[in-house]
Amino acid sequence: MDRELGEQQQQQIFPKWTNYLPLISVVGLAVAAIVAVAFVWYYFSPEYTDVGYRPKQPVAFSHKLHAGDLGLDCRYCHSNVEVSVHANVPPTQTCMSCHTMILPESEKLLPVRESYSSDKPIEWVRVHKLPDFVYFNHSAHVLAGVGCESCHGNIAQSEVVMQRESLSMGWCLDCHRHPAASLRPPELVTQMGWQPPANQLELAEIMIVQKHIAPPEDCSGCHR
Amino acid sequence: MEAPLIAGSPSFGSITEKVSSIVEAKFSLVWLLWFGFISSIALVFFGAIGYVFWEGIGVWGNNVPNGWGWPIVNFVFWVGIGHAGTLISAILFLFRQRWRTSINRSAEAMTIFAVICAGIFPGIHVGRIWVSYWMFPLPNQMDMWPNFRSPLMWDIFAVGSYFTVSLLFWYVGLIPDFGTLRDRAKSKIRQFIYGILAVGWNGGNRQWRHYEKAYLLLAGLATPLVLSVHTVVSFDFATSVIPGWHTTIFPPYFVAGAIFSGFAMVMTLLVIVRKLYSLEHIITMRHLENMNKIMLVTGMMVGYAYGCEFFIAWYSGNDYEMAAFKNRAFGHYAWGYWIMVSCNVLVPQLFWFKRLRTSVPVMFVASILINVGMWFERFVIIISSLSQDFLPGSWGFFKPTLWDILILVGSFGLFFTLFTLFARFLPLISMAEVKGVLPQADPHHQGEST
Repeated sequence: MDRELGEQQQQQIFPKWTNYLPLISVVGLAVAAIVAVAFVWYYFSPEYTDVGYRPKQPVAFSHKLHAGDLGLDCRYCHSNVEVSVHANVPPTQTCMSCHTMILPESEKLLPVRESYSSDKPIEWVRVHKLPDFVYFNHSAHVLAGVGCESCHGNIAQSEVVMQRESLSMGWCLDCHRHPAASLRPPELVTQMGWQPPANQLELAEIMIVQKHIAPPEDCSGCHR
Repeated sequence: MEAPLIAGSPSFGSITEKVSSIVEAKFSLVWLLWFGFISSIALVFFGAIGYVFWEGIGVWGNNVPNGWGWPIVNFVFWVGIGHAGTLISAILFLFRQRWRTSINRSAEAMTIFAVICAGIFPGIHVGRIWVSYWMFPLPNQMDMWPNFRSPLMWDIFAVGSYFTVSLLFWYVGLIPDFGTLRDRAKSKIRQFIYGILAVGWNGGNRQWRHYEKAYLLLAGLATPLVLSVHTVVSFDFATSVIPGWHTTIFPPYFVAGAIFSGFAMVMTLLVIVRKLYSLEHIITMRHLENMNKIMLVTGMMVGYAYGCEFFIAWYSGNDYEMAAFKNRAFGHYAWGYWIMVSCNVLVPQLFWFKRLRTSVPVMFVASILINVGMWFERFVIIISSLSQDFLPGSWGFFKPTLWDILILVGSFGLFFTLFTLFARFLPLISMAEVKGVLPQADPHHQGEST
């Protein structure tokens, strides 16, 4: 009897534990799929790959000092944001309009003075980059009443500027679909640390009607 | 009296022996040469696709207004071919057409390979393969979502579910035969591979009962798909407003055409296969004749649709529709139109005559001509309607490039490579089912007819 059983087992191609293979593979595949999705979800998202980008700039310029402690308005240097598609990086001359008088001998400002005298622009490193296939108009957003802070974060608190928002398409669309939470009166657009008033949504509704704010949600709104 | 389904009244054992010996034989030189040749053409396919990915789809003849071009012509052509398998395996099964047993396995395999070829085309047609996942409803950081009101979206699901169900159906049907091959296997590797594929099949009574229930359920699932897939493909055209596309006859017309071309492809393959592997007693003249009759019927349906389109264009009183059809028959692509009509409407008329529809050379040539015609049907529909729509100012004619041609030829390479591998490594004929239609499977008292 035992011998017969032994022979039968020898005839089997697969050992007995393989009976559990279907179960193991189903559970294993499910776990692997969940892990893969979670991995891609977290590590492939711009929130992981892009947020926190803080390149070293050629000059140790502190936004905290200029825009925060000294209280300069954003538009003193980025003067075109209300009229231009691009938010301009200021030319060296803008820096020197103050720094011929203030700290004219500072060692930290040496590259600025060199740039001024040699007429070669400082090569600032761009922090907030959108792909070439995206049309983004700064003036349209600023004039509609979207605060600088909404996309760039509280610059007045940053020693060195870094990317704080994901700038992903979903992030853009989120605001385009529900703009009311981000709209401010024109005079508060550059304010940092802005807190929406209690009746923000009502005020925003009025702005939306008055300024005909209709953020595009179709493809060609941004992919022209 | 009808000819028996299987000629020469073989025993159960000789059926197993015959079909398994094809899989178990050593490689012949002819096979290796053929495989080397056909797989190089498949490589041309992938090479050309690689070049398209590298250079962009500008290397094709596609350009406004012919945005769809050959890739979509080929897609519709191959999806159409893929219809015969499931028709034979599912619908003929439900209707208890016992002659299906000799041909269903290879027809289903052909279906799967044709759908694989078809599925490649929408993927490469988007040009940027790395974003082709946008076709699927996957949540993403772009907040992008497919448009479920678009028939192109329905297409993804129709073809996807068709492929899945066909593959399952094919595989379930293969399980008992895998069991046979496993038990006959001499080497450890064969035992292991066919053992895995046989998923523990032992041919017990209970297993057979479960198996037959599963097979029946899958046949029921697959049956509506035969009709739905090409219906949805036709919606890609019919729901648009382009003259020549916007017609209600498209769904039935496409389905009939698909079955027509699918049977023609099955015929082309089986005529070769039964000769090469001497399976003439299993795939008999009766099977071939039945398939020719189906081609005659579906060919007439397609011919009717061609006529009906003209009638409706005239009867609707729509100038654009009429112009589109005049352009088809007498315009820039008239040569394509008349190739289509002669191959699809005139050629099947041969099958009215018993002498012709039982002649292997005639049916072989006819089946090839029919598929030439069916490719041109899609060419005529897609290219002629897109190149001349409402505004003469936006007209433009299509000219294929070398890459278009290499990809079309290459897709045949892939298709035949897959079929060659199938014929060599999997049982070409459903052994278990063929045994079921032998007279000795249905024992009666002597003298009683079965």
